[in-house]
Amino acid sequence: MGLRKMLEVRNPLKVVTILLLGSVVGSPAIAQSPTYGVGRTPTAEELGRMDIAIGATGEELPSGTGTAKEGAQLYLTKGCIGCHGAEGLGGLAPALQSKQGADVPVWKKERILPLRSPYATVVWDFIHRGMPLGLEGTLTPNEVYSLTAYLLFLNHVIPEDQVLDKQNLPTIKMPIGDEFGKPHEFKLNAPRLKGYPY
Amino acid sequence: MDSKRNSRRELLKFGVALAGGATVALRGKAQAQEHNHPATPGPENASPMIHGSKEQIEYGQRSKYVTSVRMAHPMGGRASPDVFGKVFHVATPLQDSVGVITPSSLHYVATTRGSYLPDIDPQQHTLTLHGLVDRPLTLTVDDLKRFPSVTRLHFLECAGNRHDGQQKTVQETHGMTSCSEWTGVLLSTLLKECGLKGSAKWFVAEGAEEVKGASSIPIAKGMDDCLIAYGQNGEPLRPQQGFPVRIMVPGFEGIYHTKFLRRIKVVDRFYMNYNEFGHLRPEAKELALGEQIGPKSVITYPSGSQQLSGPGFYEISGLAWSGGGAVKTVEVSTDGGKKWNRTQFKNTPQRMAHVRFGYEWRWDGSETEILSRCTDEIGQRQPMREEIANWWKVPFDRNYRVPGLDNSVMPWKIARDGSVTNGLA
Repeated sequence: MGLRKMLEVRNPLKVVTILLLGSVVGSPAIAQSPTYGVGRTPTAEELGRMDIAIGATGEELPSGTGTAKEGAQLYLTKGCIGCHGAEGLGGLAPALQSKQGADVPVWKKERILPLRSPYATVVWDFIHRGMPLGLEGTLTPNEVYSLTAYLLFLNHVIPEDQVLDKQNLPTIKMPIGDEFGKPHEFKLNAPRLKGYPY
Repeated sequence: MDSKRNSRRELLKFGVALAGGATVALRGKAQAQEHNHPATPGPENASPMIHGSKEQIEYGQRSKYVTSVRMAHPMGGRASPDVFGKVFHVATPLQDSVGVITPSSLHYVATTRGSYLPDIDPQQHTLTLHGLVDRPLTLTVDDLKRFPSVTRLHFLECAGNRHDGQQKTVQETHGMTSCSEWTGVLLSTLLKECGLKGSAKWFVAEGAEEVKGASSIPIAKGMDDCLIAYGQNGEPLRPQQGFPVRIMVPGFEGIYHTKFLRRIKVVDRFYMNYNEFGHLRPEAKELALGEQIGPKSVITYPSGSQQLSGPGFYEISGLAWSGGGAVKTVEVSTDGGKKWNRTQFKNTPQRMAHVRFGYEWRWDGSETEILSRCTDEIGQRQPMREEIANWWKVPFDRNYRVPGLDNSVMPWKIARDGSVTNGLA
């Protein structure tokens, strides 16, 4: 609305309302401007490269594909077997496959990432950020998809021939299903659990 | 106070050695005590001189007679260092502590999955804030130091800081907590500088160590009192504490305090990171107890494996803390929990910080059990283990596992000979 047009409005109260609205809408932008002006703006490329926290919807996942068969090969060639043992059992590093039968509920089984994680994206995320020990960050996206597929196959979560990619990884139904506690709404200066006196 | 205790202990050993000597027969208690005092010093120099050296001038060292050290904590049956050379859990010698500041060299250590220690060049390190903000920001360590700073006392405690009947010393039962003075920039200062979007609900704090440990933290906590710390006890953070930058999430379990902090990503929902996977529990109620730490206290003197030299006066001393705010009261019982006595604070209680308490006690030489319990400023109180089991409506026995971080009362047993042992044993 132009100034001239505003001034033409007959009802003066309306003019005041419009002016007030303008100042209210404008004020947060002023308050939100940087106070100190220290630091620099990272480039989109930098942010993309460092954004390795993969959420459950998988929006940060890179493109790529992988299968359990390829993963089984990588498990040998990348040296995973050296610490985690054949098929994820018997190594010095944490086991990657449950020793317990399929009829045992997941909460009664060992705390194994590809088994107990609520989302397959966490398995992908951890292999990508944390493995192999001493060579973290060297696996390509295809290799991470393949190793994820292998571990999920070992734990009977997906069939051996399933091709994993950015689209289907977040949709995989994990054994734990929805049977895990969800985070409560954190409140400042409040007991850690409502109704809990300790 | 510490030197007194040390000399008492030393002298006790000396006394035992005398009593065991072939030429020394039975000694009366009074006579032994007479011998328990060093000769009154005269004008001569009784001690050898330590000559000045470049090292001593540059960075001071403690006396060679002070030998208090950390230990690998046997939590989860995992050694530190482990077979891969990774460090997982290292405990603070609380039995030797005085005051509330843990010396940086003795601060407990815990790592995300067992980690190597990154040797970070602070000139190369940056912290980036991005996600649901108007202006993403990358800051060097020098940049961080240009912002208005705050200095605060805060404790840290590992979720695995559990006491059971197997442990002997307070270092084993409670050594996975420490307290330092931290200096840095409030996260709220930085998030305001970036312009926080209204849809922001959580943020992910990520480290630069090899596993890039990351945790999800509520944005309300981030805007309240989270601290991006570069200083600890008057100097830069130690590498084991996250040099050059870590986040302090006051009162939350240790794992949230991401070390080697390189990235803050502001998000609209809880992000299930690897760290969060470790926290997963079947029940939301139990999960909630794995975030903010409850009110907790422990007597550090006299504590397990220490020795009282005989009946008489002792100041019972210990530490109390809470993730809910400042400690309000600490009580001590010297009769196994029948009567509880108000204690004195040795420093002003601060929010999410250790406070030192003391209770003046005259031991009559009889067998007893000493305990401490505390309350905090938001009305939470430290429970007995049985009370926790009752609240959860589960049967109680000696193997009962307290849900969330174990903040139950710790008993120390005192025998007639003055020896102190774990009351849970």
